[in-house]
Amino acid sequence: MRHIISLLMENEPGALSRVVGLFSQRGYNIESLNVAVTDDATMSRLTLVTVGDERVIEQITKQLNKLVDVIKLVDLTEGAHIEREMMLIKVRALGAQRAELKRCSDIFRAQIVDVTSSTFTVQMVGTSEKLDSFIQAIGDIAILEVVRSGVSGIARGEKTLSV
Amino acid sequence: MELLSGGEMVVRALQDEGVEFIFGYPGGAVLHIYDAIFNHSDIPHILVRHEQAATHAADGYARATGKPGVVLVTSGPGATNAITGIATAYMDSIPMVVLSGQVQSHLIGEDAFQETDMLGISRPIVKHSFQVKHASEIPGIIKKAFYIASTGRPGPVVIDIPKDLTNPHDKYEYVYPEEMRLRSYQPVTKGHTGQIRKAVNLLMKARRPVIYSGGGVVQGGGSELLVELAQMLNFPVTNTLMGLGAYPGEDRQFLGMLGMHGFYEANNAMHHSDLILAIGVRFDDRVTNTVSKFCPDATIIHVDVDPASISKTVAAHVPIVGPVDAVLAEMVSQVKEAMASGEKTDEEALKVWWDRIDEWRAQHGLWHTPRYKDDSGLIKPQEVIEELWRLTKGEAFITSDVGQHQMYAAQYYRYNKPRRWINSGGLGTMGFGLPAAMGIKLKFPEDDVICVTGEGSIQMNIQELSTCTQYDIPVKILNLHNGYLGMVKQWQDMQYGGRYSQSTYEKSLPDFVKLVEAYGHVGIRITKPEELRPKLEEALAIKDRLVFIDCMIDPHEHVYPMHIAPNGSMRDMWLSKTERT
Repeated sequence: MRHIISLLMENEPGALSRVVGLFSQRGYNIESLNVAVTDDATMSRLTLVTVGDERVIEQITKQLNKLVDVIKLVDLTEGAHIEREMMLIKVRALGAQRAELKRCSDIFRAQIVDVTSSTFTVQMVGTSEKLDSFIQAIGDIAILEVVRSGVSGIARGEKTLSV
Repeated sequence: MELLSGGEMVVRALQDEGVEFIFGYPGGAVLHIYDAIFNHSDIPHILVRHEQAATHAADGYARATGKPGVVLVTSGPGATNAITGIATAYMDSIPMVVLSGQVQSHLIGEDAFQETDMLGISRPIVKHSFQVKHASEIPGIIKKAFYIASTGRPGPVVIDIPKDLTNPHDKYEYVYPEEMRLRSYQPVTKGHTGQIRKAVNLLMKARRPVIYSGGGVVQGGGSELLVELAQMLNFPVTNTLMGLGAYPGEDRQFLGMLGMHGFYEANNAMHHSDLILAIGVRFDDRVTNTVSKFCPDATIIHVDVDPASISKTVAAHVPIVGPVDAVLAEMVSQVKEAMASGEKTDEEALKVWWDRIDEWRAQHGLWHTPRYKDDSGLIKPQEVIEELWRLTKGEAFITSDVGQHQMYAAQYYRYNKPRRWINSGGLGTMGFGLPAAMGIKLKFPEDDVICVTGEGSIQMNIQELSTCTQYDIPVKILNLHNGYLGMVKQWQDMQYGGRYSQSTYEKSLPDFVKLVEAYGHVGIRITKPEELRPKLEEALAIKDRLVFIDCMIDPHEHVYPMHIAPNGSMRDMWLSKTERT
């Protein structure tokens, strides 16, 4: 099953490599990874998507918690949560395709953020599934480049991941 | 306010930490630190002959004392040579602090002379690591390193120090922190009372219980409490390879070691058990045999300080996260309370259980029916270890390398105290025994410290005979000499049709007696069974010299019992070359 694990860690050199290293060392999967500093400059928030059965996910969370740099951790998929991923997608846009792409972007609430005589760059935010759907929806149009941020997420309601 | 250079801070911080020995080897990147040692240190420094030996010596010291061992090596090859020893300590959860030199800060990443990414190379085999960015951080980082290495589930910590940060001309204020608290690292200090209560309820009702205890009980100082609990309940106890000595080896309730080369009675008791109290163990693959067939009727209580060890390979019914000493203490007091209020264990069922165990012992018990005797006229390795045990009254520190000799030393020496059996259980590092013995002998000069080894293992760190000469370290080395890589040969006998691919030395082995004499030590050779006792006595009587006992044994002996794999359960074992369960 797919899990979104989000954690706070010390904003120290080497911390990220310990997290990533753990996954290759113990044979776990990472589907996406996203990391940036928080409002407190001493901490980074890292969110990763992984797949595994219950036993594997339990080991992943325990092993991550064991890392000295990891302060706190939550498996967002265990409760109600909001999941977002950002995508920038550059596509060939010629003739009738231009109107088609504009319509499609509107339907998906995506924005066209760069336009040239032959290309559009579309920016879109949503669940990973929604981003996948957009790529499918534009069908025959030639995709020149896709950049995805990886998933970030937050729990709904009062629940927070904080020190 | 006191101003010190980075190099001086390293030395002072180690002194403030109460370090008793530094095991190390100098080189370019640590010369400032070595100069500070020359000028300011009152900590004995042991100059080894290879950095791997420095880590094993520090490891031996740590296993025998429970305090972190300290290693100092230079950058590049100095650091990489230390890796095997760090991995050895990591696998067995041994506290260790390794200081490695690094090239100057501005050269890092430029492939400078003797540069290696020590943090990167060591990352999967350390509990944590640091690279110093400014000299003023040194005291704080050293304090953190010792704190992390020795608390929770212990392990090795690496501190990588660029050379420029130890420069004698740049001085900074030195303050050694008194306390250490880290927001991201807070090891548990006690077990969950409710979970312990659940466990105690199960213990009181058990009909076929076994206590399965491991290295965590030795490392966590839980040995006395384990004995108290087991004896109060009249439960049988088995120890893992790492846990030997946690329960007295000569006690009636002790079933011997379990696992791949475990005792018939221990493996059978586990398999037929209805309740396993697992303490400070990790259900290692060398214990469980096929996991899906592991102890089918048992409810499992698992106590460990590391939550990641619980339900990793075998699911626990009652998980208890906490230090073994604190959890055992609470278990003991809850059992006492229960007994005081009139609750009793199922004495009738326990009687039946003990009768069954005694039957197993009588059938194939290692100590109860001497299984190795034959009429070959050759010295049997098992007999050598039993004789050693008798002559040292089970009181010696025994270190070992890896292979058949290690298993004989685990099976036939009966360890009555924790921290006396010192071996590389997890990583299985050949070359561990001699340097580990050095680290122990330095700390316990009055005790017998004996390295049980083989020709393969001893030659992996034999250069340390020279270190023993320099520092006058009179350990004993008992070489069970069979002319083969014995355990490799055993597997080749059993699974590869006796094709000895690269497992024999032919006629290439040195005359070990002459070799040790060249280093200034004493060599004794034993070739006949009748010489065994007198020559071992002679060797043990020499207290002030290193003695190498080259004992020529039956080259074709195998270690039994041995789990039948693949697809075997705990109770499926070879009992001899021809007998199996």
